[in-house]
Amino acid sequence: MTTEEKKEKLTDIMASFIGHTAIHLPDDVVSKLEALRAAEDDPAALSIYDMMFKNMRLAADLGRPSCQDTGLVQFRIECGSRFPLIHQLSEILHDAVMKATAETPLRPNAVEIFDEYNTGSNTGTGAPALFWDIIPDSDSCGIYTYLAGGGCSLPGQAMVLMPGDGYEGAARIVLDRITSYGLNACPPLLVGVGIAGSIETAALHSKLALLRPVGSHNPNEKAAAMERLLEDSINAIGIGPQGLGGSSSVLGVNIEYSVRHTATIGVAVSFGCWTHRRGHIVFDSNLDCTTDTHHGFTCGR
Amino acid sequence: MTELINGRTVLTTPFSDADIRALHAGDVIFINGDVITGRDDVHIRVTGEGMDLPVEIRGKALMHAGPIVTGSAGSGYEMISIGPTTSMRMERFEYDFIKKTGVRLIIGKGCMGARTAEACSEFGAVHCVLPAGNAVVAALCAEKITGVEWLDLGMPEALWNIRVKELGPLIVSIDTNGKNLFDEKKKDYAVRKEDQLQKISKQMGSILE
Ligand code: SF4
Repeated sequence: MTTEEKKEKLTDIMASFIGHTAIHLPDDVVSKLEALRAAEDDPAALSIYDMMFKNMRLAADLGRPSCQDTGLVQFRIECGSRFPLIHQLSEILHDAVMKATAETPLRPNAVEIFDEYNTGSNTGTGAPALFWDIIPDSDSCGIYTYLAGGGCSLPGQAMVLMPGDGYEGAARIVLDRITSYGLNACPPLLVGVGIAGSIETAALHSKLALLRPVGSHNPNEKAAAMERLLEDSINAIGIGPQGLGGSSSVLGVNIEYSVRHTATIGVAVSFGCWTHRRGHIVFDSNLDCTTDTHHGFTCGR
Repeated sequence: MTELINGRTVLTTPFSDADIRALHAGDVIFINGDVITGRDDVHIRVTGEGMDLPVEIRGKALMHAGPIVTGSAGSGYEMISIGPTTSMRMERFEYDFIKKTGVRLIIGKGCMGARTAEACSEFGAVHCVLPAGNAVVAALCAEKITGVEWLDLGMPEALWNIRVKELGPLIVSIDTNGKNLFDEKKKDYAVRKEDQLQKISKQMGSILE
């Protein structure tokens, strides 16, 4: 294959993968929703879960986006330094978003700042968002896709606290946001918490936390304990699906972090809604691919 | 008109004052008839810029929603996915919007505030929640797109005119007596939140040891 042919192949696969993730929820989210429905006894909440499962089935049968807000498309790229298309990847992902927008179709959501017009293609200045990480000496490339809906992006918050505020300060931010704006963000929510030294590092970790599988725990035992503590506490508040009450409020709480400054503790929280449209696909150097998030997706059409 | 069909309470447009005033926060209903979509930009035009709505929605329903639609004016439009967006964004406009347009039923997501509740009692309107993220179920309730206005605002912000059949379940969240379902829920959540924060504060100590 020439480089042009490879580019085209990768663009096609990524466009169909993005479309697939808009239609089908990832396997871990579906199993978690099944577990939450099984544990629910509030009749109104149960009827909402029933509607959710009916919607998932219809979206799959008709090949339509499960939620009309297909979000802003974001990518976390873990690219091997020797991956053959590393130099073309930004352009490929840009083109894949345009193609997925037209073909799926996705709702055009990207509005240019200051000029205030919808670009119509979900691309534009800095869009799609690319969060890069280069993996030395590898020739494969892992890509997380994420459709960041408006409703679930709205409760996001980041703040830099003083060390005296402690981890309780972080917990307060999470609980304050989830009991206010979180009610409108289509719970049960996945909660991504980032802890670091400054606002942007904390914010990036909170997004990376959302990309971790539902039900996974941070390898640091203390972080994992805080994840469980927050999960139990938020469930005990009883927000339920759509914020109308029920026995669970979250799909889970994921925490990611990096060091803090000795004088600061940066905290950010990002939320994913029940239609948490996250995908993960890995390409080898021949552009053969596998996904561990969507069992129904076959690479190459 | 209000009917009981297969155990479901179904309201059909145009809604009368009595239809709407008979509803209570927490009721679950379905609707038939004419719905228009309108969100941020439509509200800004109607209340901020003083423009008149190009369609009559007196006695009908407004949905805070930005759908995915395919097709064109010539070939006809098809509703692919539609669902409610966060209603709270429209709170600052809604009193004036209800007053000016005479809309009787607002469909959205999550809570709205005191000014909307005031308009609901004053002019005889309700706010209802359609469980969001269920955009294909809702799209299949949209029998026909009867028109579109203000398409210059972009697909999500335009005024889509839709004829719906048994759209729901709609959970009444603000009724004409000023009762606001979410306000009550929020009070409970706030109390439980403080209890949980105290618990967290105690337990974090032992986690960090
Ligand atoms: S918060 Fe999520 S499920 Fe709810 S409307 Fe937005 S994208 Fe859809």
